[in-house]
Amino acid sequence: MMRRIVKPSVLHVVLAVGAFTMILPFLWMISTSLKPESEIFRFPPVWIPGEWRWDNYREAMQAAPFGRYFINTIIYAGAVTVSNLLFCSMAAYAFARLQFRGRNVLFVLVLGTMMIPAQVTMVPVFIMLRHWPLVGGNDILGAGGHGLLNSYPGLVLPMAVGAFGIFLLRQFFMTLPRELEDAARIDGCSEAGIYWRIILPLSKPALATLGIFTFTAAWNEFLWPLLIMSKDSMKTLQVGLQVFQTQYTTSWDLLMAGTVVVTIPVLLIFLAGQRYFTRGIALSGMKG
Amino acid sequence: MGRTTPIAKSQVRTASVFLTPGLALFFLFVLIPVVAAFYLSFCRYDIIHSPRWIGADNYARIAEDIGNRGVFYLSLRNTAQYAIGTIPIGMALALGLALLLNAGLRGVTLYRTTYYLPVVTSLVAVSLVWMWIYDPNYGLLNYALELLSRGLSFVAGREVLIAPQTWLADPGQAMPAIIAMSIWRGLGYNMVIYLAGLQGIPDHLYEAAIIDGATPWQRFRSITWPLLKPTTAFILVVSVIGASQVFAQVYVMTNGGPNNATTVIVHQIFQNAFSFMKMGYASAMAFVLFGIIFVMSLINLRLLRGGEVEYV
Repeated sequence: MMRRIVKPSVLHVVLAVGAFTMILPFLWMISTSLKPESEIFRFPPVWIPGEWRWDNYREAMQAAPFGRYFINTIIYAGAVTVSNLLFCSMAAYAFARLQFRGRNVLFVLVLGTMMIPAQVTMVPVFIMLRHWPLVGGNDILGAGGHGLLNSYPGLVLPMAVGAFGIFLLRQFFMTLPRELEDAARIDGCSEAGIYWRIILPLSKPALATLGIFTFTAAWNEFLWPLLIMSKDSMKTLQVGLQVFQTQYTTSWDLLMAGTVVVTIPVLLIFLAGQRYFTRGIALSGMKG
Repeated sequence: MGRTTPIAKSQVRTASVFLTPGLALFFLFVLIPVVAAFYLSFCRYDIIHSPRWIGADNYARIAEDIGNRGVFYLSLRNTAQYAIGTIPIGMALALGLALLLNAGLRGVTLYRTTYYLPVVTSLVAVSLVWMWIYDPNYGLLNYALELLSRGLSFVAGREVLIAPQTWLADPGQAMPAIIAMSIWRGLGYNMVIYLAGLQGIPDHLYEAAIIDGATPWQRFRSITWPLLKPTTAFILVVSVIGASQVFAQVYVMTNGGPNNATTVIVHQIFQNAFSFMKMGYASAMAFVLFGIIFVMSLINLRLLRGGEVEYV
């Protein structure tokens, strides 16, 4: 419709100017991360560094344990992704395909939890993790130690399943034809076998979508790891980067180098799995 | 249906096994905590001593704070400012971009990818980059202002001076600065949803309208906008919920300052619970937030439900 009103070349100019505005902050980030200090505090600013200082990256990595943060983040995002794929798909299969009493009521209850803001539950969950019995120096009554705070299970468990994932996969499972599983049932295949050998293989696109969404969301998550991981060796990249900022407030060269390092992995995942992002938005947005 | 077949039995058994992990986690980490949070909101609790029941005192304190224009009142006001600042402009820009991208140009994928990049970047990372852009001494934005004043001076033929600003350090500019950054970050997400909505509108409607001599504006008014209503409703509800819960960019860029000019609801919950150890008071605030989100979502859905259009 637009094309009949305005010339394509004009549209391209508008879109290109907009796109340039979108990536300008990224270019500024990369440019700063490669500058020597003398070029950072210069006005007017320089875009192309006179001397490319890759050492900024080495220095930033040494200034804070980013390697450790990186491993923690991989473990957190990886575990949350795997557990969400498994538990959400199992629940979604039950809601989409199995007959049992109270199914709809349960499903509505699960969806209802999406309305509860995480800020309501975070205080009690924090207390619960702190007083988890028999771990982290706690006795059987959950007193004495720090419980599951500053531990991977404490960080992962409360995030291990999500109502959104169950909803998304259930919607997808409902669209799959029933003929295959009926045939399998007649051949004596168990319900678990149908889930594992028929439904899951047919649902690879939906699982990829959920997986990529969950992973990037966990990678970028800030508030939750900020609460749970107070020990420096257990921090995730986002929390570590924020603490790094408070310690090196004006070392923009190092700060931007750290920011690039934290950002690159998730940008690569996005560029590689782009079609799953748009598909996921179509799946979740339109049928919601 | 009266007698239980082996298949029906095995379905019930499988369902109970398949639902157990998910439901157990929901029970442990959502259901129990909600009830506990509600109880705590009627208690004084500092995590060291056990909770002490104080009735509705926490809620009374919130009411008192709002009446006295205290810090929680400021956080409500700032959160509302943030929502009003980000949502209408963000949605209008996203719709405009989606319309442009839907025009059947070449290179749509490249544009879509570029506009979506900030969405996948973490809030901590983009906040740091924008803090540097907003730097009062060497930041990019003040440089842009200088370029602008030079350009204006050239056009006007006399000196036009635009003074450099302190942005995040200025109580009047800090929230607008956070809003501008947040619009930039969220634009791609809304745009992609609008694009999906636009692609669901069949071409023949536009063709018929053109034959009938409808102007572009008329086509937008009577085809695009009404058929996009569910999409708009979805984006609005998601945006209002997101804006009510804004936290990371505030925490990183200003930590609520200067002088509480940018403190928001979740920032107050966080500070009271984990800095001041007033976990009961923080829980009461969290329920106020819950109430706000609930009521706003109902209003939005009501506003946008009526008058749904369907063309065959």
